Amino acid sequence: MMLDSIFFYVFAVMILGSALACITRRNVVYAAVWLINTLVGVAGIFLLQGAEFLAGVQVVVYIGGITVLFLFVIMLVPVREESLQRRFASQKWIAFVACALLMVLLATVISQGVSTFEVAAPRIPAGPGDITQNSQEVGYTLFNEYLLPFELASILLLVAIVGAVTMSKTGAAEGEG
Amino acid sequence: MFFLDSIWLIPLFPLVGAAVMLLFGQRLDPQHAGDGHGDHHAPPPGRAIINFLCPGMVLLSFLFAAGAVIQLASVEGHSHEVVKWTWIAGLDTATNAGNLVKFQADWGFLLDSLSSVMVLVVTGIGFLIHVYSIGYMAHDGGYYRFFGYLNLFLFFMLTLVLANNYALLFVGWEGVGLCSYLLIGFYFHKKSATNAANKAFLVNRIGDAAFVMGMLLMVSALGTIQFTEIGPALASGGYTTETTFGVLSLITLLFFIGAAGKSAQLPLYVWLPDAMEGPTPVSALIHAATMVTAGVYMVARSSAVYVLTPDTMMVVAVVGGLTAIFAASIGLTQFDIKKVLAYSTVSQLGYMFLACGVGAFWVGIFHVYTHAFFKALLFLGSGSVIHAVSGEQDMRKMGGLKDKIPITYKTMLIGAIAIAGIPGLAGFFSKDEILWQAWATHHQWLWAIGFATAGMTAFYMFRLIYMTFHGESRVDAEAAKHIHESPRTMTIPLIVLAAGSVLAGWAATPAAWADIGLFHAPFEHWLGHSVVIASHGAAGEHHSTLPEWILMACSVGLAVVSILFAGKLFNKPKYDGDPMERLLGPLHKLSLNKYYVDEIYNFLFVDGFAKGGGTKLWSFDKKIVDGGVNGVAWATKLESSISIWIDTWLVDGTVRLTAFLFKAVSWPVRMLQTGLMHNYALFILLGTIALVGYYVF
Amino acid sequence: MITTEHYLFLSAGLLVIGTVGVLTRRNLIVMLMSIELILNAVNINLVAFSNYWQSVNGQVFTIFIITDAAAEAAVGLGILIALFRNKETVHADEVDLLRW
Repeated sequence: MMLDSIFFYVFAVMILGSALACITRRNVVYAAVWLINTLVGVAGIFLLQGAEFLAGVQVVVYIGGITVLFLFVIMLVPVREESLQRRFASQKWIAFVACALLMVLLATVISQGVSTFEVAAPRIPAGPGDITQNSQEVGYTLFNEYLLPFELASILLLVAIVGAVTMSKTGAAEGEG
Repeated sequence: MFFLDSIWLIPLFPLVGAAVMLLFGQRLDPQHAGDGHGDHHAPPPGRAIINFLCPGMVLLSFLFAAGAVIQLASVEGHSHEVVKWTWIAGLDTATNAGNLVKFQADWGFLLDSLSSVMVLVVTGIGFLIHVYSIGYMAHDGGYYRFFGYLNLFLFFMLTLVLANNYALLFVGWEGVGLCSYLLIGFYFHKKSATNAANKAFLVNRIGDAAFVMGMLLMVSALGTIQFTEIGPALASGGYTTETTFGVLSLITLLFFIGAAGKSAQLPLYVWLPDAMEGPTPVSALIHAATMVTAGVYMVARSSAVYVLTPDTMMVVAVVGGLTAIFAASIGLTQFDIKKVLAYSTVSQLGYMFLACGVGAFWVGIFHVYTHAFFKALLFLGSGSVIHAVSGEQDMRKMGGLKDKIPITYKTMLIGAIAIAGIPGLAGFFSKDEILWQAWATHHQWLWAIGFATAGMTAFYMFRLIYMTFHGESRVDAEAAKHIHESPRTMTIPLIVLAAGSVLAGWAATPAAWADIGLFHAPFEHWLGHSVVIASHGAAGEHHSTLPEWILMACSVGLAVVSILFAGKLFNKPKYDGDPMERLLGPLHKLSLNKYYVDEIYNFLFVDGFAKGGGTKLWSFDKKIVDGGVNGVAWATKLESSISIWIDTWLVDGTVRLTAFLFKAVSWPVRMLQTGLMHNYALFILLGTIALVGYYVF
Repeated sequence: MITTEHYLFLSAGLLVIGTVGVLTRRNLIVMLMSIELILNAVNINLVAFSNYWQSVNGQVFTIFIITDAAAEAAVGLGILIALFRNKETVHADEVDLLRW
């Protein structure tokens, strides 16, 4: 139990802190790195929740794919004299207020719903060397109940690839199609 | 009754003469007025036709009139009416008393005892003056015009005296005023003549306005203006002698104002002396014998109404008396021979109104009748004198003429004696009767005024005679060469009139003489058929006639004393200045300048009323009327600028306001489209928060 | 004791941070990164509930979300590159052609 709490708070701090850092960095590359950090933290949370497969997927896809993609683009786009530019938009104060409101809203909703949560029995943590059933269950559900969404997701990925390639092409003739 | 039924022809004969003159006169005698007074060219042949036609027409009228009067004497009541045609148709009117009368005014003629006297005087004296004019106007231009106007005048005058109602009388009244204007201004290229003509017409007009008002009042009160119906209307209306100033008094007062204008009484006499600008025959006929007596005739004709209004009668008598003495006092100092005679006429007219005012209407008419003779005589004689001295009218430049123009002298002397009131001649009878009536009706102070006036009359008449005919000759050397007696056409009328002046008075001898066996002539009785004889007149009195004799003696004595006094002052071999200045002292200047009445009238009425009024009306027109028009223009401009403002700001403003409103309302919405996705994201978030928040809270 | 609420609060906090980042930063790349943060917050939420209900559906959903995030990042970055080629900028508030 204690370990649970400690890990939770460590990961929580890591996530929130990294997220804050991410959005406030002037250097975009630094922001990307802080994003990686956040994602790592999220993966940790997943692990705590017992979603091992998801944690793996998170690390591989999110960090290894998306974040790298971000970095590629950052390199491609020479951001000129970024240090001289303004970081925040003009509407930052309204944005803060709105988000504070959002926070309040969410906190209220959650607080109101708290009482419905039953105290779950504490999970029996897996012993070392035990093989959990999580990946099997995920695979099972994914390819049985959610087969159609799975296929659709793959088409979506295809569309995304085509679109991204098309838009990034430098050809003048078939440029903006 | 041929002549009686033909009385409507009497005015028409001179009208024919006037029409011929109007249409053909220029061809008959083309010589223009002003071509030369004293021009001795041979007269054109057409003149003979004029000489025959115009006086001939008047003679015809006289003969018809005489025949009619003779026939009238045999008619019961001495009254004959001939109505030729209806002029103003009968309207049913309700009188003030309430009874219904049928109003009618016809082209009708009435010959009764009163109008018979007048018509004979008018036609007879008119004829004599026509004959005189043949000689007098021989050397003047405009011959045909003169006779045409004279004939026209006689037409109107005869219409006046023969009318059977007030409306037709007024037609004649106006007509003689017109002819007076035409004849006074006969020498129209003289400014003084045209001014005098205007003055005569204007002053007359004032009287005419009053006359018309009186006529209309009479229609409303009595419902009729026919002479024969007035008496019955008065009786049926229940009118009795008025003790206060009522409607009848007003009527008679208005009539008298009209008569005062026509017959030159105070304050409307000012035109008569100026009327001497006309040729002398005109002065004789119109302003001595006939027109000016129209007022007296009208008052006498209305005697039935006058006796019911003692207040007005008093006014008439007082005005008459004051006029008499006032005019006589001016006549004492005048140097123009015609002016003396003019003031004398005004004075004698005053006597006539005095007589009417005290109730002796027949005596007033009697004086009209006698006055016509000797005043016409005096005027024609003065014309003969002026003719003799080549146009000179100032008596200071005459004198010593009695041997050179003997006929003129003798006839004028007779006229002067007559007007002075020496017994036996016409003036004595009429003037004396007036004075007696004034005394007998207990108006002693009026008698005193008349008495004093008689003295003055005798005095100034003989002053005239002495200055003109006696003493040394003061005539200009050039004129003295041409002194000659007038031709026979002028002297014969003088002689006839002189005879009339002597004999005419015997038509009405005083009642007192009847007492001592002299015959009592029937004039009063004759007139009594148409004119009211006051019951307290001399006729019918039973007390002693001694007062009458005494008064008679007094007036005769006064006349003789005045004549002798005048002789003492003026009948001198040598003329050394006018003794009147020494005699009257400071009053002389006042009298000589006619008491400055003309100047006062000019100041008050002409400058003050007419010109001042004109100026005020002009400034009224300029400021208020034109100002009003300008004000309207200003208001229109103001209104248009208001319209402009309304159009610009209200009308256009509404349209622009609409556009502005749309713009204003759309502006915040437009501002939302910043094009920045940040803002859009924010809006999404806010919207979401709002939506969810609504359900949460 | 870590209950589900803790995870929910964490997820809310991460969501808000990501929202702030989207609304505030000018740089488009950082904006995209913030979107990723939001998606991750959702993922945390899903997994927490999956854990509560002892069901694996939440995790399957999460896999789809991750997939979707990948596709979206790719396309988004492609747009960004195209935009950069036209406008020479990666800042959001310099692209306001649809402004009034």
